Amino acid sequence: MLEKIILSSEDIQRALVRIAHEIVERNKGAHELVFVGMQTRGVPLAKRLAHFIQEVEGITIPVGALDITLYRDDLSSLNLKPIVQRTDIPANITDKRVILVDDVLYTGRSIRAAMDALIDLGRPKSIQLVVLIDRGHRELPIRADYAGKNIPTSRYEEIQVYIKEIDGRDEVAILNRQENRL
Amino acid sequence: MKTTQPRDKPNVIPETFPPPQISIWRHQHILDLDSFTKEEIDLVFEITDAMMEVLGREIKKVPTLRGTTVATVFYEPSTRTRASFELAAKNLSTDVVNLDIPKSSVTKGESFLDTLRTLQALGVDVIVLRHSQSGAPYLAAQHLDISIINGGDGWHAHPTQALLDLYTLRRHFGDLTGLKVVIIGDILHSRVARSNIWGMSIMGCKVVLCAPPTLLPRELDNFIIRCHLSGISKEYKLEAALQEADVIMPLRLQFERQQSRLLPSLREYIQLYQLNSKRLSLAKPNALVLHPGPINEDVEISPEVAHSAQSVIEEQVTNGVAVRMALLYLITRGKR
Repeated sequence: MLEKIILSSEDIQRALVRIAHEIVERNKGAHELVFVGMQTRGVPLAKRLAHFIQEVEGITIPVGALDITLYRDDLSSLNLKPIVQRTDIPANITDKRVILVDDVLYTGRSIRAAMDALIDLGRPKSIQLVVLIDRGHRELPIRADYAGKNIPTSRYEEIQVYIKEIDGRDEVAILNRQENRL
Repeated sequence: MKTTQPRDKPNVIPETFPPPQISIWRHQHILDLDSFTKEEIDLVFEITDAMMEVLGREIKKVPTLRGTTVATVFYEPSTRTRASFELAAKNLSTDVVNLDIPKSSVTKGESFLDTLRTLQALGVDVIVLRHSQSGAPYLAAQHLDISIINGGDGWHAHPTQALLDLYTLRRHFGDLTGLKVVIIGDILHSRVARSNIWGMSIMGCKVVLCAPPTLLPRELDNFIIRCHLSGISKEYKLEAALQEADVIMPLRLQFERQQSRLLPSLREYIQLYQLNSKRLSLAKPNALVLHPGPINEDVEISPEVAHSAQSVIEEQVTNGVAVRMALLYLITRGKR
């Protein structure tokens, strides 16, 4: 399987800093923000974004983790259920601006599940979506408010995001599964 | 040496990363813990942690199992197990049918298996079964295609109760290895004790069974050897058993299953085997008191112990809903 690096550690850092600034700009500050990272790799990304903004704005921003497994739309077709990871939102999200963070935006189905999950937890003033990579192929009317990089892909390709806190390094690679499809 | 957490501190759940793999799960039914591995029990705990978060919400409902149906079929009375399963199922958005046995066609002579087959034909996906005959859920599992959860069969097993007991211990101690658990009383008739012996042995606890000889089944020694269970011992004297105990679990004296002559008198039993404050003080200072319920107050446990700060009896009930949600999540299978 061929793996091509499309984002280096520096690229990821720059993209996150830019997104952090865009978030503050669009929301005119950071006082109503709650960051929610989607399990698994969205969580460290959310923490990093919140950390940048805290340094610039000088206020503490709550960061939570969200697992969408219980809201997936394909559970009844799976024979082996996925593991349910921790959901831990440290603040009441009602009347807050929730910044939802994920690594890759693809069909949009996990974001749909995440929005349902969030709305079960409260009534946020708004939900805004941050993704590191938008790879296209949407199946639902969902778009990212902030994207690190748009990467047009084919369905036979796979985007692999490596995050230092989990994988030991920061990197985004594209894998072609086509030659393995015999 | 293991120490209990101070009681005023919040429970700390050990965070495991990477999480246990779901691919180790092999069960279509939950019949008893003898077929479970430590890894599978850890997996149940991991999912239970997530379900506890749902129970902590204002709206305790997730859409996860929409479209599945659970039937509770209880041939014996029950408050907590049945209500707990019903709530667990509803929290996951399944539909629930409660078969009221005294008002069902069972009174017209419909057989056990035909009753369950009817429910299967009606589209039920999971049957939670309680029966006075040991082994009834195994018979059901052999003859039906849908999942069976044993909600207690005779004297034999009550696996979901054992799992919620183990989960309660995990919330307080983190690691269960080496914990000294004393199970007191009517072990002979107790399916809770039998499932807990399996579960606690698998998780590495040291279990001391303490009861008058008539209530300690004689075949127990053979059973322990035959099944390669480790860490199980017997002790007839309660005061000796309680030394250094981390966990104490008095069992309900099952009057409805008591044959005559097992106990000389109730008063003697109380005098020798009731868990009261004085005896509780022989255990470790932060030892936890569990009871599977329902309680015969002032028989196997004194009221002041049942309602003391060391008692986690109510917490067991709450944890039971989360554990059952996790089990329902794990055993329901794809339909499409």
